[in-house]
Amino acid sequence: MLDNWLFVGLMLVVAIGFPIVPILVARLIGPSRPNRIKSETYECGIETVGETWVQFKVQYYIYALVFLIFDIEAVFLFPWAVAFDQLALFAVVEGIIFIIILFGGLLYAWNRGILEWV
Amino acid sequence: MTPIQALFIITSVLLLVSGFMVVTARNLVRAALWLIAALFMVAVVFVLLDAGFLAVVQVVVYIGAIAILFIFAVMLTRRVMQESGPQSNSWWWVAGLFSLLLFFGLTWIILGWGGAAQHAPRVSAADLDNIEQLGLALVDPAGYVVPFEVASVLLLAALIGAIVVAWDRN
Amino acid sequence: MGFFNDPIHFIAAWLEGLFTGWGLPAGLINVILTFLGVFLVANFGMLYVIFLIWVERKLAARMQDRLGPNRVGPYGLFQTIADIVKLFTKEDTTPEGADKAVFNIAPIMAVVSVLLIWAVIPFAEGWIGTDLSVGALYIVAVGSFGIVATLIAGWSSNNKFALLGAFRTVAQLVSYEVPLVLSLMIPVLLARSMGIGSIVEAQTNWYSIFFFMAPIAALIFFISSIAEVGRTPFDLLEAESEIVAGFHIEYSGAKFAMIFAAEFLHAFTISVLTITLFFGGWQGLGDQYPLVAWVWFMVKSMMAYFTVAWIRTTLPRLRIDHMLNYNWKFLTPLALAVLVVTALLDWLIVNGFGTTETIWRPAILFAANVLIGWVTYALLRRRAAQRPARLVVGTPRPVARPPQPPAQPEPEAAAD
Repeated sequence: MLDNWLFVGLMLVVAIGFPIVPILVARLIGPSRPNRIKSETYECGIETVGETWVQFKVQYYIYALVFLIFDIEAVFLFPWAVAFDQLALFAVVEGIIFIIILFGGLLYAWNRGILEWV
Repeated sequence: MTPIQALFIITSVLLLVSGFMVVTARNLVRAALWLIAALFMVAVVFVLLDAGFLAVVQVVVYIGAIAILFIFAVMLTRRVMQESGPQSNSWWWVAGLFSLLLFFGLTWIILGWGGAAQHAPRVSAADLDNIEQLGLALVDPAGYVVPFEVASVLLLAALIGAIVVAWDRN
Repeated sequence: MGFFNDPIHFIAAWLEGLFTGWGLPAGLINVILTFLGVFLVANFGMLYVIFLIWVERKLAARMQDRLGPNRVGPYGLFQTIADIVKLFTKEDTTPEGADKAVFNIAPIMAVVSVLLIWAVIPFAEGWIGTDLSVGALYIVAVGSFGIVATLIAGWSSNNKFALLGAFRTVAQLVSYEVPLVLSLMIPVLLARSMGIGSIVEAQTNWYSIFFFMAPIAALIFFISSIAEVGRTPFDLLEAESEIVAGFHIEYSGAKFAMIFAAEFLHAFTISVLTITLFFGGWQGLGDQYPLVAWVWFMVKSMMAYFTVAWIRTTLPRLRIDHMLNYNWKFLTPLALAVLVVTALLDWLIVNGFGTTETIWRPAILFAANVLIGWVTYALLRRRAAQRPARLVVGTPRPVARPPQPPAQPEPEAAAD
């Protein structure tokens, strides 16, 4: 099993190395003459006003939350899908009930108007 | 020392460093990023333990969803981004004392437990990473079918609860 | 095993013999050979991007009635290389007040998140980095690094538009990941395996490719993958008229090149994933030598990539509320419905016929998909009839008409 992950581990190392090398090479051959104006934040030429890190609306949080719920659902359902050949009809229905309960959650969010972008 | 052991030690050190940085970073988003690093290291430890499924789930759920949720939650709160207030209050020594007590207590308990000194029984890799068996157990009436369905209800409750808390206050 | 049937395994076997002759330990030989494999796959990905950028620019140009790059090299083939040289010799600026370390990590992470997917892509029989038993979930897991990369790129730039763009992107990515994961579950269900190699091997006959068993799931997967890449019509994350360029506004030079390359490679990766999961991957008609299978794989994935490019040049950008509604109120419920129906029917078919290798399996599942599609269409029609689309303005305003055109100047006067 670990042999399988060896490829992934080496891929991670190579994949980190791949972008680093060009960035370092570019730093060597490219010019570097920063000045105050150049390193200003780019806002189409207008001077930036106020803080960058502004408050965000709760909408983003809600989307991430619904996503989290479905993500966990998927994690439960993938093993169920893999074992499909050996399941009894009862077990298949179990999985479907699992999906339907969460579908109820989606319907609730929909009904409450949570999914509307305001 | 085998290469696996070396990898394990490197990963653990990185994990501990990331964990330490999570609690000491002054910027909340940076703390969240260190948390992502720590969670990734846990996934690597799972891989080293031959538990590929858990490793992948760790990344999908914790890095892909929960860490993102953390960052969103941080961004929702105003003016915490560059907060440089004191990181501890006058009760820090009590917390430190309890942490030390907990650490030594756990160490003592684990050392006293006979199992800690033994080698774990060798499980064949096929058993350990068998997703099929996991899937069967999840929906087996003699296995974990009740927790499986309860988990779904729990997720539903979490969703509704979060919507009520986050939405109605808005 | 002849060289022309399977050059990769031929060379690997030769190298293994060579290293064993040198007396290297078996573990080290394994690591070296794996490393060479990794290097091959990663190089294929990164160098193929150079060609892909040219292909896409040529395609887009032809579709928009232009010529496209045609100066540097034959047919402008070396245009991308010239662009790379240009990007590498540009100054690499870091904006004031940026979180430098995080700012530098983000482009690296973007590349990593895409390249790691290639570890489980089967190019031909036996030409696969590693057939992880959790392949499908692994793809989802690796994709989440991309989300983090986007978020930290926007956050660390100290730029309002970058941060806004990053937030928009992440809202879009996490939303579209829901139908993506649900539709990814259908090939897993049909193949009874999460390994990508096993999923391809399950699609042996022409009629057993999963597109016939799950056409709706294939479409959902393709659409939500395009949204994951952030291409038109889902490219709000770089809407230049609203948020300048999105999360990578402050990146320049080589770092921008890396983000750009990662995006292009990701676009190709989703084409590859679509054909691998739903169109049989490297499986083709006739003999299945690995080299032939690889040609099938490339032809199919370039066709999928052509579709991605075609969609990109054809459709306009969606509005953010439309895009999110489309996901939550259309794709996600549809994906759930398809999943439930496919699971139930497939169990009944496979247990009823006692085999997965029957032509009735794709036939019945395809019919069920047509039925679902028809019901969805009918529901949408009904809803559209109940609720006419809201106009952005409150009341329809009269169309502005230009005033009467001034009298045409006399031709004699114009000639002066």
